[in-house]
Amino acid sequence: MDRVKTEELTGAEIVIRCLQAEGVEYVFGYPGGAVLWIYDELFKQDKVRHVLVRHEQGAAHAADGYSRSSNKIGVCLVTSGPGLTNAVTGIATAYMDSIPMVIISGQVPTHAIGEDAFQECDTVGITRPCVKHNFLVRDVKDLAVTIKKAFHIATTGRPGPVLVDIPKDVTTHKCEFHYPETVSMRSYNPVKKGHAGQIKKAAQLLLEARRPMIYTGGGVVLSNAAPQLRELVKLTGFPVTNTLMGLGGYPGTDPKFLGMLGMHGTYQANMAMQHCDVLIAIGARFDDRVIGNPEHFALNPRKIIHIDIDPSSISKRVRVDLPIVGNIPDVLDDFLKLLQDRKPQDIKAWWKQIDEWRGNDCLRYDHAAKVIKPQYVLEKLYEVTGGEAIITSDVGQHQMWAAQFYKFDKPRRWINSGGLGTMGFGLPAAMGATLANPGATVACVTGESSIQMCLQELSTCKQYRLPIKIINLNNKYMGMVRQWQQFFHGNRYSESYMDALPDFVKLAEGYGHSGVLIDKPADVEPALREAFKRKKDLVFLDFLTDQTENVYPMIPGGKGITEMILSEDL
Amino acid sequence: MRHIISILVENEAGALSRISNMFSARGYNIESLTVAPTEDASMSRMTVVTKGSDEVIEKITKQLNKLVDVVKVVDLSEAEHLERELMLIKVRAGAREREDMKRMADIFRGRVIDVSDNTYTIELTGDGAKLDAFIQALDQSAILETVRTGASGIGRGNRILRV
Repeated sequence: MDRVKTEELTGAEIVIRCLQAEGVEYVFGYPGGAVLWIYDELFKQDKVRHVLVRHEQGAAHAADGYSRSSNKIGVCLVTSGPGLTNAVTGIATAYMDSIPMVIISGQVPTHAIGEDAFQECDTVGITRPCVKHNFLVRDVKDLAVTIKKAFHIATTGRPGPVLVDIPKDVTTHKCEFHYPETVSMRSYNPVKKGHAGQIKKAAQLLLEARRPMIYTGGGVVLSNAAPQLRELVKLTGFPVTNTLMGLGGYPGTDPKFLGMLGMHGTYQANMAMQHCDVLIAIGARFDDRVIGNPEHFALNPRKIIHIDIDPSSISKRVRVDLPIVGNIPDVLDDFLKLLQDRKPQDIKAWWKQIDEWRGNDCLRYDHAAKVIKPQYVLEKLYEVTGGEAIITSDVGQHQMWAAQFYKFDKPRRWINSGGLGTMGFGLPAAMGATLANPGATVACVTGESSIQMCLQELSTCKQYRLPIKIINLNNKYMGMVRQWQQFFHGNRYSESYMDALPDFVKLAEGYGHSGVLIDKPADVEPALREAFKRKKDLVFLDFLTDQTENVYPMIPGGKGITEMILSEDL
Repeated sequence: MRHIISILVENEAGALSRISNMFSARGYNIESLTVAPTEDASMSRMTVVTKGSDEVIEKITKQLNKLVDVVKVVDLSEAEHLERELMLIKVRAGAREREDMKRMADIFRGRVIDVSDNTYTIELTGDGAKLDAFIQALDQSAILETVRTGASGIGRGNRILRV
């Protein structure tokens, strides 16, 4: 056999060659001392393009938004010390929502590690609790295989961010380069197929159900199982709800869809969750914002089937009767085979009950208001974009209204920080989404408080001509904080009023974009139409909205899923 | 309930902190933790003694299995197993106490491994309860220093934990 002549490359060259081999299109990053040699190699090639953010938090969120909005993997590159610590919020955000991502961080030279060197921090230690896995590469010979492992771990099993920390001297050391096609690790072998016996039992349970309910989360979106889920609903005719992370997993406009469930979910979805007799949870984790108080949830008896790739998600907060560990599309394929030609129970009575709940019209709001209602802006946003936009959001009231009023018919169009709840996520995530989906319409729904947390990225948007439409629901309050203070803290609005706000129109203009101030309901739709016509420009739409509007329904913290506050209760 | 969990883990830098971090981050209790490489130098074996309800122990084993470096996890207390801990204890052993101290060590099958004019260092192995009993049996004022390794465990008979 001819021995292929392998080349001796520096660590920095190896990093870039690995990224090329992985087909990475974009790296979101910020240079600094420890990564200078890597940046030098980036400079010498044009396959991997670099997006220079203005703060490393933006790099991590952008890589995250890139991942979420596509089936590709986001990569970010930061320097040692503050470069890495700035990125930590973004890494933790991705970790909480199981987003595949690879972070490459520079480190001080190996001989200086532990000596409190300039821009040194214990990167592996700091990030350990918020990554799926991380590595410190001490020898250039391990570099290529470690990067391969990072991509492998990030994208398989329950996905998540993986960090590779590379000391500066390792980027200058040389070794033969060989990028392995595959890696196998004895300690890491995620399952794919679900247990056939369990699936059979679960299918039987579904066929016997009189009040069935399908509850799906981010796992359906992440594992690309939306087609199988649609098929399952088509076959069974069962009602379905999505979590905040799962929106788009099932078409939001379909009559079988009961809307989002949870703290700000619809009345019908929450009632159906509590009163169903068989619940099938798919890629969802029964978290506190979804089912509220687990003891209250347990008051009604029901059989629970739980499909998840991660065994540790099963029976974590709620005891499950039939766990199925596996990759969701594989498990659902097996389900569909078993359910074909089988007839479920007649559930007309259940649907009648659900439609009664639905009749409550829990998302209604005052359409005749003289001030702009935030819900109205989102309804119009949905109409103007024809439901076809990728919507990123920040965190707070605007996020909940977007989730309630924008109907997502396809997965990977709703990009938000569900688990960690990171303000500042929306704009950089929109940058990643724009680059991952050339030609797509991308809007960032935000508020005057959240947008100021990563505002500097307006500059990045200018540099790379990212035509994001910023929908700023400006009520001059940290709206969700204000709402809690109104409900639970006797109207004491402690530090939730946003004083000294900038003139957002001038601010957008200062960054070289356009800004529009909208303060009348009649101007909402024309302003949106005008903005979305401008395909090439970023437009900052500053909507002055009702300062006292609240998000309904609401399950107060610690309460049961049916103990909702509805708008007329106040 | 007290559980003794054995973990086979890749002998990588930071593997120990990944495991101890997981316990502290999720609020699980660690009574003792021992770790050392196995006959295969690429792998370490850890024994963690913890307390918790069956539900908590199930969560702990799932979270351990989730760690990328962890190869295998077994709750030894689910079946017959052996458990040993090593203690080194330094006691006052002047002319007056010397005889008594030696006799006490013999009763517990301890060995005196270091002797000075007025001290003995005794090596003692057993399960935790036996070591506790030895400490209790001594005149408390005679104890100068103790060091214990924490429990190591292994399954009985054909119960084998390996890759």
